[in-house]
Amino acid sequence: MSNWTLLLFAVIFVALAPVAGCILAGIDRKISARMQGRQGPPVMQPLYDVRKLLAKERRTSNRVQDFYVACYLFWIVVTGAMFFAGMDLLLIVFTLTLGETFLVLAAYCSGSPFAQVGAQREIYVAMAYEPMILIMAVAYYLFTGGEDGGSFAVRDIAGFGDMAILPMLGIFLGFLFILTMKLRKSPFDLSMSHHAHQDIVRGVATEFSGRTYAMMEVSHWYENIMLLGMVALFFQNGEWTGVVIGAVVAVLAYILEIWIDNGFARMKWQTALKSGWIVSLVLGMGNIIALLVIA
Amino acid sequence: MSCTSKSPWILHYDASSCNGCDIEVLACLTPIYDAERFGVINTGDPKQADIFLITGAVNDQNKEVVRQLYDQMPEPKVVVAVGICACSGGIFRDCYNILGGADKVIPVDVYVPGCAARPESIIDGIVKGVAVLEEKRAKMEGEKRCSRSRGSRS
Repeated sequence: MSNWTLLLFAVIFVALAPVAGCILAGIDRKISARMQGRQGPPVMQPLYDVRKLLAKERRTSNRVQDFYVACYLFWIVVTGAMFFAGMDLLLIVFTLTLGETFLVLAAYCSGSPFAQVGAQREIYVAMAYEPMILIMAVAYYLFTGGEDGGSFAVRDIAGFGDMAILPMLGIFLGFLFILTMKLRKSPFDLSMSHHAHQDIVRGVATEFSGRTYAMMEVSHWYENIMLLGMVALFFQNGEWTGVVIGAVVAVLAYILEIWIDNGFARMKWQTALKSGWIVSLVLGMGNIIALLVIA
Repeated sequence: MSCTSKSPWILHYDASSCNGCDIEVLACLTPIYDAERFGVINTGDPKQADIFLITGAVNDQNKEVVRQLYDQMPEPKVVVAVGICACSGGIFRDCYNILGGADKVIPVDVYVPGCAARPESIIDGIVKGVAVLEEKRAKMEGEKRCSRSRGSRS
């Protein structure tokens, strides 16, 4: 694919991901409500929420916090754009972590004890999922040929010709596991819950209000679409069939996450950390060893 | 109708209620009444709330808490007093430690009577509160426009 096409993909992501992310969040709330026997809010509810937040009075505990949240939004958008432009997967993992770090900093820079607890939990959860994402990048490198011609670049992985799903099944399952943490779904919604709004008063987001909170919501829309893109990457075979299968599986994965979200109770951070690392070690490292043996 | 009235987020505080009204407030969110279909979220964070639902009479010990919660909410905001105790002090009115209804401490926009207030009337009160919220938002925007045009003239 030419560089211009890839640039076009990045631009499409920046323009359309918030629209898709907003609808996805709305469908999420609708399905969750139906699972609980309720009618639920309209599908466009997340958009109403954000527009209302933008119309609220601007009030912040300190200016630095707003700057950090803006950085979070910026780096999430950059990460997603780089992913859809087919750039280096390792770089994408690191910029994603950078964005995450700015969110944690935003929570830490306010004096609120609830925000501090939320920030701490956010770091624990990041510790739990980070190894798996790195292992995934390494596995793609081995899958595309390792030392003889292997690549970390998303465009090479997507255009490799074979689907990564079968040789990387363990990685895929491990990624689905940590997807629950990345999407902040129960049982791993420790730092900021979508349902229990009173729990440590929204944790990380305690001090965010109005415009700042809206920025964080929009970042989540971007992030969710990029994560689903990562799910779809496992099914790319360089043809349009791969794109279609990838999109369908990504949607199914999100529905699975909604089901998990509604079906499981919150777990402690110790469980999140332990299970995250065990899954990374067994499924992730096991798969890497298998890939090395096959090669 | 603007987005403000489509997404009223609620902060619920129990001043010194017998918990009757609080149970009814939570009942509004259950599948039978499902207040979330109007975009209502029962948030615990005053900084993200639009409507302050207060139940029970205000007493000497928590008047500061009530005032602080109110002050932390960004404009536009609305206060809904739920239950007769929050409206006037109810049967606790003459107690030595009770100041009276919520309006002794903060400005109340909507009064929902009842002991305990029924979920239907609470939702009704919220809907009335949303109308007030919409008025306040329009006023806020008008003021913003005024100050902007004044600024450009000078």
